[in-house]
Amino acid sequence: MAAAQKFDVVVVGTGPGGYVAAIRAAQLGLSVATVEDDRPGGVCLNWGCIPTKALLRNAEVVGLVSRAEEYGITVKEWKADYAHAVQRSRKVADRMAKGVEFLFRKNKIALFPGRGALKAKHVVEVAGKDGVQALEAARAVILATGSEPKSLPGVAIDEKTVISSNGAVRNESRPATLIVIGAGAVGMEFADVYAAYGTQVTVLEALPRVLPVEDEESSALIARLFGRRGITIRTAVRVKSVTSGAGGVTVDVEAEGKTETLRAEQVLMAVGRAARVKDVGLEALGVAMERGFVTVGPTGETSVKGIYAIGDMAGRQLLAHKAMAEGVVAAEAIAGHTPRPVDYGNVPSCTYCRPQVASVGLSESAAKGNGREISVGKFPFTANGKAVALGETDGFLKVIADKRTGEILGVHIVGPEATELIHEFAVGRTLEATLEELIHTIHAHPTLSEAALEATLAALGQAIHI
Amino acid sequence: MITKVVMPKLSDAMETGKVIKWIKHEGDSIKGGDIIAEIETDKANVEIEAFGAGVLRKVVVDEGGEVPVGDLIAVIAEPAENIDPVLAAAPKAPAAPAPAVTAAPPDPAKPAAVPSASAPGAVPSTETYKSAPETGKVVPMTPESGRPQPAPAAAAPAAAPTGPRLVASAPAGAPAAGARVKASPLAKKIAAQSGVDLAGLHGSGPGGRIVRRDVEDALAAGPAPAGAAAPAARAAAPARAPFVVPARTDAEYEDVPLTAMRATIAKRMPLSKGPVPHFYVTSEVAMDRAGELRAELNALDGSPKVSVNDLVIRACALALMRHPGVNASLQGQAVRMHHRAHIGLAVALDAGLITPVLRDCDVKPLVQIAAEARDLADRARAGKLRASELSGATFTISNLGMLDVEEFSAIINPPEGAILAVGSMLEKAVVVDGALAVGRRMKMTISCDHRVMDGAMGARFLQDVKRLLEEPLRLLV
Repeated sequence: MAAAQKFDVVVVGTGPGGYVAAIRAAQLGLSVATVEDDRPGGVCLNWGCIPTKALLRNAEVVGLVSRAEEYGITVKEWKADYAHAVQRSRKVADRMAKGVEFLFRKNKIALFPGRGALKAKHVVEVAGKDGVQALEAARAVILATGSEPKSLPGVAIDEKTVISSNGAVRNESRPATLIVIGAGAVGMEFADVYAAYGTQVTVLEALPRVLPVEDEESSALIARLFGRRGITIRTAVRVKSVTSGAGGVTVDVEAEGKTETLRAEQVLMAVGRAARVKDVGLEALGVAMERGFVTVGPTGETSVKGIYAIGDMAGRQLLAHKAMAEGVVAAEAIAGHTPRPVDYGNVPSCTYCRPQVASVGLSESAAKGNGREISVGKFPFTANGKAVALGETDGFLKVIADKRTGEILGVHIVGPEATELIHEFAVGRTLEATLEELIHTIHAHPTLSEAALEATLAALGQAIHI
Repeated sequence: MITKVVMPKLSDAMETGKVIKWIKHEGDSIKGGDIIAEIETDKANVEIEAFGAGVLRKVVVDEGGEVPVGDLIAVIAEPAENIDPVLAAAPKAPAAPAPAVTAAPPDPAKPAAVPSASAPGAVPSTETYKSAPETGKVVPMTPESGRPQPAPAAAAPAAAPTGPRLVASAPAGAPAAGARVKASPLAKKIAAQSGVDLAGLHGSGPGGRIVRRDVEDALAAGPAPAGAAAPAARAAAPARAPFVVPARTDAEYEDVPLTAMRATIAKRMPLSKGPVPHFYVTSEVAMDRAGELRAELNALDGSPKVSVNDLVIRACALALMRHPGVNASLQGQAVRMHHRAHIGLAVALDAGLITPVLRDCDVKPLVQIAAEARDLADRARAGKLRASELSGATFTISNLGMLDVEEFSAIINPPEGAILAVGSMLEKAVVVDGALAVGRRMKMTISCDHRVMDGAMGARFLQDVKRLLEEPLRLLV
């Protein structure tokens, strides 16, 4: 084994948390090494957020072409090639991963390919193709090993008939029938993609509604719109067993006390993700864990001084943008700054199905829960000029505010570009703007953003366009 | 019915709470109002009550566990009810058993359970631990004088959604000097509504900007009065403790870290004494008849012992009903006149002081006040107050009588408008009908917020308290 190479900071994992932490640390003048056993960019760039957005864009184009008549365009003969869609998504992911490699070079960040594990408090050992290399961190080690898909107890994911998002994002063929288990963001996004290409999709959810972390109204509308597109949504369903056999998979479910058997060519397991904390060397150093995630303080530091954990492995919201925010905080803390801690109550939540779903802050029922008096303003996209012109009028924008102070407690959007529109409110909440400041902000006409203004006005009882 | 028990928010500043003890255990049957656990906050230990009935099915947070406000700590339900979904949806619920719960996926793009009370989808706290509803009229301030209008007839809604838009840039709570205060819109609004002067605050936001948290910290629950005292000046002073001066130590000094309670007091006091213009009115009360009445009451069999302080509480409660201007608090652009006498009682603790609230003193007979005040003080010292007993006072009494204090003045506990500081009852040479005699006298000093009331108003109130104590039979009717 070669002698240990010394750096200020060693980052294990280069997903959105790790690569952002590495770049920020380098910007602050620290020497940084990164360790990655896949391509830089992690699950997000290579197998998650980015390629799925490419697939969803394809689904959107398919959706538009199939309703081209609405726009007076006759398309005589057309074919949607799923394999091509997957190939395109691979190209997109490849380009973004190359982007991370470029940023590493630009910031003079060393990349060590291989699997990294803590050998001592400040030593990371990289098991690569060409042997083992020890890296010594003078200041700190940042762990950012991410997460991987979970399955149900007793159900093995073979990525052939029972697949996870890992398989779904790689497979160039698509099944004729698919059962999606789990109606969270991943389940609903893949349901959208496969259904657009003609797969008969059934979504099963144990909780009483789809997108269970979203506002009840958002869940209800999405369930209805998916149903209208021919996707079968079954909520409050318990999956008893999943059995692969010749010609497909059998899923035994229990709903309302009755047992029944469902069959499909494939099952997509979308029941959540588990932190990757095995073989990282956490136990030997006594790094504290809680319910499968690493326990961290406000700067991401673990129970062991000098070892930081960020992103999915550190729990809370398993979201790339939350990981990036934690990466910046950890890097700044290590560089001796006093960063503002991540505001976990103000992390936008986005689902990129059609129409998109986005939210920030509390749901309506949670906002009411404290015995607080709230005012709610809702504006449907059917009353928004830009949405009508686009021909995308499904959805609404809902603003929930504290009645007394006008504080924006939560915002929920279902509709075109919902995932972009949400940030007006995220910024507003960071600046502690109240409804008053928003309504005094002129919104350009015609834009989808006018729905934000109108919903805010509605919360004050002053909506103009409804 | 499934009732989620969540970590209650006992003060605006409270972010996490620790479960000290489970009084009820898994499997115990529960009825509404049962005390189920003891919680430790930054200031006090409080007991929490069950709001739903059923069986304590699951304790989610073990004793000693600390969780954010709003997090699920236990589930109450009927024995046969399926509580798995509740546990699955809870931020830190343990892994749900078996393949039952299939979804709620924390997947890469979306969390299933967000371990923060303020995040989307967080478990709503169906139970509320809010202070007593403050129902009442809002008396608008007249612009010229800044004084409340006498007739509380027209109730002006504070900020009706359809009403005129508040000018967001109005320097609510800005310093009189007109210097610009850097504060977020939300911080300004909360400050204006709760009578906090932004000028006295330290901004923790970017560039020293005052943000919501700074204002809420200033408002954080807890006692403000300077004088700490037990509500009951217990009978006669016990035998004097030996007077020992400790031996000199090697160290020249010692730095004792602030306890959470001391830190809160240190933070809150300047927010009263600094921005609130105090004035003081002192009066001496002839306590001879009150003392006799008390002796007679305490000679009766079976009724709770009545202290001098109990008499003062009752007298204040009755006088407050006659002087709503003293039973008042500044609420931004209005003075809120309280129509209930909820009296805070400063109780000295080893680590600081705390002011539990004795509610509705205006309608409680003296013996009930005596019993409840004693109970509150005892439980305050034992750290067993309930959340609801720590907020909502409209007026506070601080009594240092048992510490041989002749008179003192106390610091107002915002947003209350006044506080009464009570000294010892002393035997003095007094002139009665032109002749010297021995009489029992007690001095009281009221500290008043000059933004809310004037000297004469405070004096008239004190005059009434004095009269009630000097004609003590009035305290019994």
